[in-house]
Amino acid sequence: MDFAHQLVQQLINGVSLGSIYALIALGYTMIYGIIKLINFAHGDVYMVGAYIGFAAITIGHLSIFPALLLSMAITAVLGMLVERIAYKPLRHAPRISLLITAIGVSFFLEYTSMYFVTPTPRTFPEVMPNISFNLGGFIINGQQLLILSITIVLMAILTYIVQKTKLGKAMRAASFDTETAQLMGVDSDKVISMTFCIGSALAAAAGVLVGVYYNTIDPLMGIMPGLKAFVAAVLGGIGILPGAVVGGIVLGVVEALVAGFLSSTFRDAAAFAILILVLLIKPGGLFGKNTNEKV
Amino acid sequence: MFFSKKKFRLASMIACGILASALFTGCGGGDSAGGGEQKAAGDEIVIGANFELTGNHAQYGANANNGLKLAVKEINDAGGVNGKKIKIVEADSKSEAAESVNAATKLISDDKVVALVGPAVTANVIAESQVATDNMIPIIAPAATNPDVTVENGKVKPYVFRACFIDPQQSEVMAQFARKDLMANTAVLYLDSSSDYSKSLGKIFKERFEADGGTVVMEEAFLAKDQDFKAALTKIQTANADVIFVPAYYEEVGKIIKQARELGITAAILGTDGWDDSKVIDIAGKDALNNTFFCTHYFEGDAEVQPFIKAYKAEYNTDPNVFAALGYDAGKMLVNAIDKAGNDSKKIRDNIEAITDLQVGTGKITMDPSTHNPIKGIVVIETKDGVRELRTKIAPISPEAQERNEAEQ
Amino acid sequence: MIMLVFGLVLYGILQMMISAKVIGSFWELNIILICVNIIMSVSLNLINGYTGQFSLGHAGFMAVGAYVGVVATVKFGLPLIVALILGAIAAGCLGFLIGLPTLRLRGDYLAIATLGLGEIIRIVIMNIDYVGGAAGFKGIPHLTNFTWVFFVMLVTLFFIKNFVNSSHGRACIAIRENEIAAEAMGVNTTKYKVMAFTIGAAFAGVAGGLFAHQFYLISPTSFTFLSSFNYLIMVVMGGMGSITGSIAGAFVVTFISAALASFPEARMIIYALALILMMFYRPQGLFGYMELTNVAPIKKLLDKLSGAKGAAT
Repeated sequence: MDFAHQLVQQLINGVSLGSIYALIALGYTMIYGIIKLINFAHGDVYMVGAYIGFAAITIGHLSIFPALLLSMAITAVLGMLVERIAYKPLRHAPRISLLITAIGVSFFLEYTSMYFVTPTPRTFPEVMPNISFNLGGFIINGQQLLILSITIVLMAILTYIVQKTKLGKAMRAASFDTETAQLMGVDSDKVISMTFCIGSALAAAAGVLVGVYYNTIDPLMGIMPGLKAFVAAVLGGIGILPGAVVGGIVLGVVEALVAGFLSSTFRDAAAFAILILVLLIKPGGLFGKNTNEKV
Repeated sequence: MFFSKKKFRLASMIACGILASALFTGCGGGDSAGGGEQKAAGDEIVIGANFELTGNHAQYGANANNGLKLAVKEINDAGGVNGKKIKIVEADSKSEAAESVNAATKLISDDKVVALVGPAVTANVIAESQVATDNMIPIIAPAATNPDVTVENGKVKPYVFRACFIDPQQSEVMAQFARKDLMANTAVLYLDSSSDYSKSLGKIFKERFEADGGTVVMEEAFLAKDQDFKAALTKIQTANADVIFVPAYYEEVGKIIKQARELGITAAILGTDGWDDSKVIDIAGKDALNNTFFCTHYFEGDAEVQPFIKAYKAEYNTDPNVFAALGYDAGKMLVNAIDKAGNDSKKIRDNIEAITDLQVGTGKITMDPSTHNPIKGIVVIETKDGVRELRTKIAPISPEAQERNEAEQ
Repeated sequence: MIMLVFGLVLYGILQMMISAKVIGSFWELNIILICVNIIMSVSLNLINGYTGQFSLGHAGFMAVGAYVGVVATVKFGLPLIVALILGAIAAGCLGFLIGLPTLRLRGDYLAIATLGLGEIIRIVIMNIDYVGGAAGFKGIPHLTNFTWVFFVMLVTLFFIKNFVNSSHGRACIAIRENEIAAEAMGVNTTKYKVMAFTIGAAFAGVAGGLFAHQFYLISPTSFTFLSSFNYLIMVVMGGMGSITGSIAGAFVVTFISAALASFPEARMIIYALALILMMFYRPQGLFGYMELTNVAPIKKLLDKLSGAKGAAT
């Protein structure tokens, strides 16, 4: 294989890895956009979604798409409950307390799951044909292609919801200034609940798809992807939907190129270094506006 | 902020309740175990299980713990040792060296255990071993294969033992297997750079493989808990080597094999005992596993391991993996030692050191007093269409080879 | 002065209990851990609580201090005190170098940048074979004991308390309250942010040195971003911008973890619930911005004591 060939294959690898980061980052960035909370529990909601999908397939004998929808629905309710129970009482508390609560929720989801499902990883049965296409020597996996298209479709739907619908308008209003929005007749609590619903459903979708693609799930599977998705969201400009997708794909491509051409040992270090460099040059992320704080 | 004051109050009461009860029982447990008389007069012998129950290595710790619990349950069901039941007190090392010291200290000073089993991972055992040595409490590490676990600066640690073979043996077996059986001339190492287990196996494999005339053409790395390996695998593919050596744990190995085959890598993939879990087959798929080989402690088809596999399935309703088997072996070794020694940690230590031809779950073992490693055989297993087949069985290591190993340490 | 006397009395009592074996070795170890964690939380509080800069990479600086410290004692045979100072210098220098560019970032962007830097430090250490790499640094002499950690902790508290009460500290607090207004008032914000960051990092290095010489072996797994979270939890639980709070936070978090050691499987669940409920009940932390010395009855008592002392002398 010559250099150009390898480069293209690594770009394919990177985009397919990045599409997973992007899918998780979408939910992350939505939730951040509305209540400015780094929801560290998002990765664990993704894990719970994967387990629900797993249960639906193995115990409920559903096929992949009903299982995916069921998991999204249940996880949406879970996300709403988490917001109601753990975050809502702290709406007027300092933001850092909310962050600590999110870390608490994250630990709670991880270790309650571990208590019930044991730390042993589970393997997904084969529910989707796993075909690899060989296009002139480049290998593209069918499931990865599916994940990438689902990510892009979801991003489009979300952008439509946020930009064109009434709910989206309310979301944007609440995100801009919760209290003023409330004065203007926006039911902020409901909007925030809805945002958690959608964000968690997205995480569940990611969880099930990743479970199917990589074949294993375990109670701590959300930690690293959660962190990477956060990095992706910040890279793209946190709170911006297309930014999350671009950030995710950039992160995936950087990781693939570093692992492929420099050193796989320092892959994660390089990913973080790129993030820091981008932030130093563009403190608001790739798509963010560099706003100065007002006095 | 004010609307849910009642809720706040309720929540805080629950919080205080949980905390208070936890703290109370936590301290209380320590106090009651503090009485020295209880230990002497009681009809129980207390052993400690210090395992990774939370954190990144929880799955390995929990499996080894299950194996240990099964071994102890069997002996208790059979009436215990000398009329006394054995009680396990568990502690969590959180998959971290410092916490492992903390947990071991708790088991020794608060729970007054007579011996310790665990943790599963090398670094956590090494950290703990100093505490055990200071307090003269024997440890059996079920699955820590690094030579430094039992030997420090050429001297054996008097209180530390293990239930498994050591890394140089594994790498030597696999390097020879690659050269002689597979006729490989070139090899790629693909290592878990967050794991000393993986790194030390890779290093020794390279030495032995090159000493036998082969060449290691590329070294790549990944991190535990990674999901996607395609970037490094694409690079590995360019090396076009005869074999790829992946000494790592089954979860990552399964994914690596799957993705390697997807990319069209057909070379033989070799590994070590970390592979030994039937989940590899579920993760990677039957076809992908053709032309893969690994060495481990026992072959599941052997007659002598059937009682253990049956008992484990009956207890936990799942196949044992290598950690469970070694946890069980460690439990058997300890129970055997306690049988003749009772509560005396010093005697238990002497008895572990003197173990000869003891039948444990995975076969017969004899403890080597000069290294505290059990002398046991290695099997090389090939997976064909999802079924494991015994490829070669290497008898317990000969004394000469052992001396050579020691000289090299 | 009163606090110093109080500290010495506390030291005397604890040391006596340890010598007399009233406190077993498990709790002795955890008292040492509490002291190390107090150094960590107070130093992080200087950055997060007093200066208002959201740092999530504190475990990385601790790692630098720990590894530099053990290299000094094991490879060069230097005494512990020198090792601690070298660890502090190394972590402080790194904090300065990292702080200078990154402290331009604000809020959550700074948080993710520092988190990333902490992880980079860990990954780099993991790949240096000189210090044991992923396997960890083995064979560290057990030099830390209760006396060491207690007095180093006292020095840390004394230093940070005085720093906070100095004009530098006031500048830091001004930055926390309103960075732009502080700048308008002539505070060199970059200088003070970097100063607080460097001092915080240096003390984290000291804590790392003490930590390393307690546990025989240190490995990069002890310094992940999850441990940084843990120190942040201590700071927030105690109260951002309160030294007493950081002490209380470090104490509570370490104590819960130790007391729950008998319930290994449920420990993290209970810990998580305690964390969430604690934030419900006191989102501003146990002490908020208050210091113990400012709580009315205690303040009165202290005033009386110092008054009496003044009269006597």
